[in-house]
Amino acid sequence: MTVRDRLIGLAEFGDERRRHRAIAALATCFALLVASPVIWMVVRALGAPPDAFALLVSPGTLQVLVNSVVVIAAVSAFSVLIGVPLAVLTVQTDLPFGRFWTVTAALPLVIPEYIGAFAFASAFGPHGAFADALVPLGVTSIPTIYGLQGTVIVFTLFTYPYVFLTTRAGLLSVDETLVEAARTLDRSSIGALREIVLPQVLPAISAGVLLTALDSLADFGTPAIMHYDTFMRQIYVQYNNYAQPGYTALLSMELLVVVAVVLVLESRVSGDANAGFSGGGSGRPGSVRLGRWRWPATLFPAAVAVLAIGVPLAILVKWHYRTGTTYAGFAFHLSDVLHSVEVSALAAVAALVASLPVAYYAARSDSPLSTVVDRVSYVGYAVPGLVLGISLVYFGTAFVPALYQTLPMLVFAYVVRFLPQAVGSVRSSFLQVDDTLTEAARTLEHSPLAAFRRVTIPLVAPGLAAGAALVFLTTMKELQATLVLQPTGFRTLVTYIWKVQEAGYYSEAAIPALVLVGVSALSMLVLLARERYDV
Amino acid sequence: MSESNHTRPKSTRENDAERAPRAEGAGDDATGDVVLRLDGVTKRYGTEEAVTDLSIDIREGELLTLLGPSGCGKTTTLRLMAGLERPSEGTVELNGDHVAGEDAAFVEPEDRGVGVVFQDFALFPHLNVRENVAFGLTDLDDEATDRRVDDLLDLVNLAGMGERAPDELSGGQQQRVALARSLAPEPDILLLDEPFSNLDVRLRVRMREEVREILKEAGVTAVSVTHDQEEALSISERVAVMNDGRIEQVGRPGDVFEDPESRFVASFLGQAGFLSTHIGESRIETTIGTYDHDLLRGYADQYVGATVDTLVRPDDLRATPANESTADGHITKRQYTGPSFVYHVRLDNGDEVRCMHNHAERFEVDEPVAVELVADHALAWYPTE
Repeated sequence: MTVRDRLIGLAEFGDERRRHRAIAALATCFALLVASPVIWMVVRALGAPPDAFALLVSPGTLQVLVNSVVVIAAVSAFSVLIGVPLAVLTVQTDLPFGRFWTVTAALPLVIPEYIGAFAFASAFGPHGAFADALVPLGVTSIPTIYGLQGTVIVFTLFTYPYVFLTTRAGLLSVDETLVEAARTLDRSSIGALREIVLPQVLPAISAGVLLTALDSLADFGTPAIMHYDTFMRQIYVQYNNYAQPGYTALLSMELLVVVAVVLVLESRVSGDANAGFSGGGSGRPGSVRLGRWRWPATLFPAAVAVLAIGVPLAILVKWHYRTGTTYAGFAFHLSDVLHSVEVSALAAVAALVASLPVAYYAARSDSPLSTVVDRVSYVGYAVPGLVLGISLVYFGTAFVPALYQTLPMLVFAYVVRFLPQAVGSVRSSFLQVDDTLTEAARTLEHSPLAAFRRVTIPLVAPGLAAGAALVFLTTMKELQATLVLQPTGFRTLVTYIWKVQEAGYYSEAAIPALVLVGVSALSMLVLLARERYDV
Repeated sequence: MSESNHTRPKSTRENDAERAPRAEGAGDDATGDVVLRLDGVTKRYGTEEAVTDLSIDIREGELLTLLGPSGCGKTTTLRLMAGLERPSEGTVELNGDHVAGEDAAFVEPEDRGVGVVFQDFALFPHLNVRENVAFGLTDLDDEATDRRVDDLLDLVNLAGMGERAPDELSGGQQQRVALARSLAPEPDILLLDEPFSNLDVRLRVRMREEVREILKEAGVTAVSVTHDQEEALSISERVAVMNDGRIEQVGRPGDVFEDPESRFVASFLGQAGFLSTHIGESRIETTIGTYDHDLLRGYADQYVGATVDTLVRPDDLRATPANESTADGHITKRQYTGPSFVYHVRLDNGDEVRCMHNHAERFEVDEPVAVELVADHALAWYPTE
């Protein structure tokens, strides 16, 4: 009897069918709610005045479009050049201290890009730490970090771990016996890697590239710090200037089109979106022997680690000990941290509650509607936080002024943004609870509700906790929606950092930035503990 | 099928002693109280019928096995009994009460008093052995629960393992926990879904003896499901052979094996060959010889003149060396099973039969052989296909 038969059989139960319908309805409601900001943005863009459309095709806007495409193309390419070799080195070879390099290669992900960006600006900018260090050597000027190069370097260094992690998961899921079969068919270990392993890992690589591209497209902090005009920066500037009503919405729409193109490109490459994503697999002995290159090979992960972890941390620590001018208005308060914790906790609970019906529905039903609901809940993945925030500002000011710049609105934005994380965690937990376990409980004189309480809930609890923790931690470091939607006077860690950074008081940002990096590191631990890499 | 079948096939004879105390009332014409009755039950998934118009009675204290190939509907039947599926048509009766059917309220599995041992055991991974066994004991106080759990762990020989987690147990131990857990609430009937299929071969043979003993000691009525004919024949009081959603035959293992009512049952239980047989006035004629009418089970004169297929099992036939002129056919295949060989022989008229020989008697493929009927019992026969 197939799982499908069982599901149909289950659905035929009267009570069960009613419950099923209730869950489906609830899941659909949540999914629509999550998608509503995008719909609203479309409405807003369509209602834009004609001169805004003219602006859209102005040379300035086209330049921004080209800039953004160049950035994501370059970042994607460099991320593959760094992430894939690192993954192959740590999984498929006898690299010394492989586990250590695995951790260092994944760690840059815990440094929010905007913190990485001003660490790099501070280190390699004019009169930065690096320039100062070179002066005694007679070097008076270094190539500028600002512009395209700085943007690409920062995005690459802090988002390549997506490619690294998904590629690694893909490599680990490749059946070792396939490689052995290729070897017995007269392929060298390198040949087997190229002909057997890499084709199977391609979907995983492209999934990682997708995350990298979406992240670099969505961040406006880095281009702002690097003085490079991309979509996000342009949208932020336009939004703050209230210059052209509708223009911001149109720009956002154009950005969403670019996002859609990236999504389509990714699904073209990967075909089956699930392939190569199975994670799992156990550590395997290196199947490629590096020979005398074994030790020199460690220079590569070491260099990446120095740039992506060493530089930002060193700069943050240096800032902290620098006695610079401090400004009373920028004093760091404990209340900033408490505010961060408060919104993050609220977002975690709300996202968890919203994810339950969506995840349960996606896990227990294979109807087309459940697939749509599942996909729609992923909208937050693709829509940049700033676009989401602006859309909610429009919506709030136009329809529910009472909610504009309130905590519920901000929390709603977080839920839309991070629901996929909760749904991913919760759904996989539900999938791991075998139907026969609840059936066994039924035959042991437990009602469906009692079975759910005594069997399903204890088994999914760790997954629920992990999902909530993930949302909590990522909300802590969310910058863009927070900047746009924060209630007046409600300062959090990230808005504080952004404010002092904009004002140039870098030293004030050191402690909160280190706190944030610590928080992000925790979220990485949660992810690694779950052994799942779909961030 | 009747009590007139006195001879039993050799392969199940050793079980007779064990079965003897229950021999009364164990056949399909037995008269024990009916614990569970399916009456005209049909189960459809969409347009597909998994079970078709199936009726069967399960009697107090017996162990009945539903036997059939995968996809024959046996697991669905078991789930219908448990209340994990609802019948599309027909009724299910438990101890005389309707628990499912058109004119009866559906009784949920938790209210039926049935125990189920699942194929993958379905032990709760977050509970230890004791907690798993105690899971269904919802009505007892703590002390009574502890006593009952101790008794059950003793019964399944797991005393002292109570604090272990399910994943720290071997397959056989997990099975015994699953058994203890399902027996704990003293179910009226125990349902076992392919209970041994997750165990390796050696353990399977040991566990089926052990499980049988535990069931008998607990005195529970049980229905098991399997596709393994050896398992079905060796542990059950009665076997119901299923094919394509229907029960083809119900009866004691020996009777079903020896007197299959259909070609399907004959072929599914053990290796079967068929001899084209012409029923003459005084003798029956086959390509390997002519025999008395008595050789055909249930022979009656009205069949004279008909051509039928007679069931011959490998142990009913013997091959002997022959030259091309005296041969009945040629060896087409040699199957080595350890203690014996089974030779496939294609007879000159095209019939395919098999002969069992001890390992010392050797023939080569393509060797001409004479085939001799050595059966000491009447043979089943079927209309020619």
